[in-house]
Amino acid sequence: MTGLEENSSLPGPGPDLIIGTDFPHTGPEGDRAAFAPNAFIRIAADNTVTFIIPKSEMGQGVYTSLPMLIAEELGCDWNSIRVVASPVGKEYYHTWRPMMNTGGSTSVRSEWERLSFAGAAAREMLIAAAAKTWKVAPSTCHAGEGRIIHISGKSLSFGELAPLAAGMEIPETVSLKRPGTGNFLGKTVLSLDAPTKVSGTARYGIDVRLPGMLTAVIERPPVFGAKVTAFDAEKAGSVPGVRAVVQVPSGIAVVADGFAQAQKARKLLKVTWDEGTGKDLSTSLMREEYRNLASRPGTVARNEGDPGGAFASAERTIEADYEVPYLAHACMEPLNATAAIHDGLCDVWVGSQSQTRDRDFAAAITGIPSGKVRVHTLFLGGGFGRRANPAADFTSMAAEVARAISQPVRVIWTREDDMKGGYYRPFWYDRLRASLDGKNRLTGWRHTIVGQSIFAGIPAAAVMVKDGIDITSVEGASDHPYDIPNILVDLHTTTNPVPVQWWRSVGHSHTAFVVESFLDEVAHAAGKDPLVFRRELLKGMTRHLGVVDLAASKAGWGTPLPPGRSRGIALAESFGSFVAQVAEVSVDPAGKVRVHRVVCAIDCGRYVNPDTIAAQMEGGIVFGLSAALHGEITIKDGRVEQSNFNTYPVLRMNEMPEVEVHIVQSTEAPGGVGEPGVPPIAPAVCNAIFSLTGKRIRRLPIRPEELKQAPAGTGQGKRP
Amino acid sequence: MITLQVNNQEYEVDVEPDTPLLWVLRDTLGLQGTKYGCGIGQCGACTVLIDGEAVKSCVRPVSLVAGKAITTIEGIPLDHPVKQAWITGNVPQCGYCQPGQVMAAVGLLQKIPRPGDEDIDKAMAGNICRCGTYQRIRRAIHAASAMKEGEKR
Repeated sequence: MTGLEENSSLPGPGPDLIIGTDFPHTGPEGDRAAFAPNAFIRIAADNTVTFIIPKSEMGQGVYTSLPMLIAEELGCDWNSIRVVASPVGKEYYHTWRPMMNTGGSTSVRSEWERLSFAGAAAREMLIAAAAKTWKVAPSTCHAGEGRIIHISGKSLSFGELAPLAAGMEIPETVSLKRPGTGNFLGKTVLSLDAPTKVSGTARYGIDVRLPGMLTAVIERPPVFGAKVTAFDAEKAGSVPGVRAVVQVPSGIAVVADGFAQAQKARKLLKVTWDEGTGKDLSTSLMREEYRNLASRPGTVARNEGDPGGAFASAERTIEADYEVPYLAHACMEPLNATAAIHDGLCDVWVGSQSQTRDRDFAAAITGIPSGKVRVHTLFLGGGFGRRANPAADFTSMAAEVARAISQPVRVIWTREDDMKGGYYRPFWYDRLRASLDGKNRLTGWRHTIVGQSIFAGIPAAAVMVKDGIDITSVEGASDHPYDIPNILVDLHTTTNPVPVQWWRSVGHSHTAFVVESFLDEVAHAAGKDPLVFRRELLKGMTRHLGVVDLAASKAGWGTPLPPGRSRGIALAESFGSFVAQVAEVSVDPAGKVRVHRVVCAIDCGRYVNPDTIAAQMEGGIVFGLSAALHGEITIKDGRVEQSNFNTYPVLRMNEMPEVEVHIVQSTEAPGGVGEPGVPPIAPAVCNAIFSLTGKRIRRLPIRPEELKQAPAGTGQGKRP
Repeated sequence: MITLQVNNQEYEVDVEPDTPLLWVLRDTLGLQGTKYGCGIGQCGACTVLIDGEAVKSCVRPVSLVAGKAITTIEGIPLDHPVKQAWITGNVPQCGYCQPGQVMAAVGLLQKIPRPGDEDIDKAMAGNICRCGTYQRIRRAIHAASAMKEGEKR
């Protein structure tokens, strides 16, 4: 069986071996690998092949897809593979970024070359060892099923060859297999980690248990930016099992033997807060402010042709305001981290998307040099961007408490802490205008965007904010693929104390809804079928057209549906991939929307595991549908009004549509798959609602009360 | 001292009677397959079987389950049709909710051996999956149900 273990049991290079990596944690003597050709591969004498994976597994399947990249070249036996999380080290940094990071739908794209070459180099060294043993030419040998096989038929296992292979020279150049000639790439492979996950033995951050470890919860500011002025811990401290109540920079930490005692005591804590100006914050006031800003010119993100002229000479103009709310990531595993300070070291156990940041923040908080901070990566119970926090907030809290009490401590956030404390996808307000000429051609497009920057004020702003424009504020809006002669897109970047962060698909979760919905409005205004209208504006955009046509044909666009149902289509290019979705919906008399079926077409170039892609599309659609149908964080008197899944509902089994995924066969460079499934679903659903009811949804989430008066089947829209 | 029957094993636990069963399982007994997700019985990550019934252990005081037969994810063998259907159906993504999903499915199939889609909607709507594996869960339940029927023949 495949073992998924944290890196403390990582086998290190053998005693005589100099190549490879100096691991902070080497396993017991008997577990040492005989062959360690590079930072990613260990082969033991018992034929166990260990892959050291530099990306965090959060459900996107990297503990299967990245091993497939290595195995394709190495020719190992799939059943002998163990996967371990890499420690923090430069050799495990993102190949595009100077840090350890799992995000931006980049894992397969950014590791394809590095891991393929790692596998190929190891294979060549094993072949060299076998050739030397047999005194034959290396070209007469090949690798397969964990053995090196000579053309004569004789073979040696990887384990048998490992000690000798360790002495072979690392080849300077290796050639990769021709696409389609290996055993893995492009084929469905079951997840390596599924057995441990269904067994309940997979270890997440929240499952860390250390000798002498305590558990802490932290009473945190009721409004953003509030400061503790006083606290009374007498009652809380008297709860059995409570070990300490201490003030830390994040709030008041209640430390106990277990979570239940800590949480029980926390409820008895009396804290007085200076709420500062945060108490005046409200989303309704913010909406007014944003709406006013939308009437004024902002910082220009794209200006092409003569937008002013196009509108001045228009036969007709269309204008609409759109709005999307703050959203919580709501990962299933509540945020948590465990820290232990000992012997001049700081150990951190955490499910993180950004371990170098965890390391650096833990170092700054504990005063221990970053070289002495060891971050151990566990499974992530969902990430969606939240676990790549710019301030490493969950790790920071564990470091704060560990420092304060000088004992190993696990800090667990309650669901309420997560929901009320942020970070969030920003709240956005948009004003869109289109001009049509006398022949109903789209001649001009104006789009003003208002909202917070997620990169402002953090180091990555140097790369992500250009000329006053946070790229992620306008992505998908300033660079949409539609051929419109005159375009103006501008941005107002607002500031307020609500903490915002990347949320699965980042800017596209907002811009695809707005652009694809408004384009649909224009299509209807021009009297054209939304599919035909899009196709006309996508001339020459073969990959966009490819997914639009594939989704439309598989969905039966234009064919009759049962009464009371309609279809909507939307398209988005994001993270190097192209996705179109057709949603089939109905609306009941109470205004409740039911999504029956979603047909999804994706072009992500060359790909590793088609079932992973299907799973990520299914997951992206559920994530986007949760937001479209239910998701909304609102603030009143400085307080977040939602607290848990009862007030922040997400999609459940009884609302799940039938989803089918079609993958375009392509030889293009690989694109991402973790995020691109999210953006098109909200506009596809809302476009279907318009087609059915004639009611345009311009503000998410979809509110049944807005659709209540629109009985099914009486729509003014054309039914595709 | 409270006596608990977990996975056919007897445990004496020295905890406050109002402690939620979830945290006794996780923190006291070290059975960490059962997960914390919401603490208010809304998400189902903490689902266990009590006398065969799927129950949310985060809102069940330990004193109320003394002496009852408690089954956790660790008590379901890996070759159980539900676990096998989950693996061959490639169901888990992040996997965090899956122990609860598996327990809810086991509870459903004990009551209704051949559930229809509406039975599945009803029995599984209390278990949230943020990764969006619902379609695969539905198929896996049908597959496990077919496997169980096969065993009987």
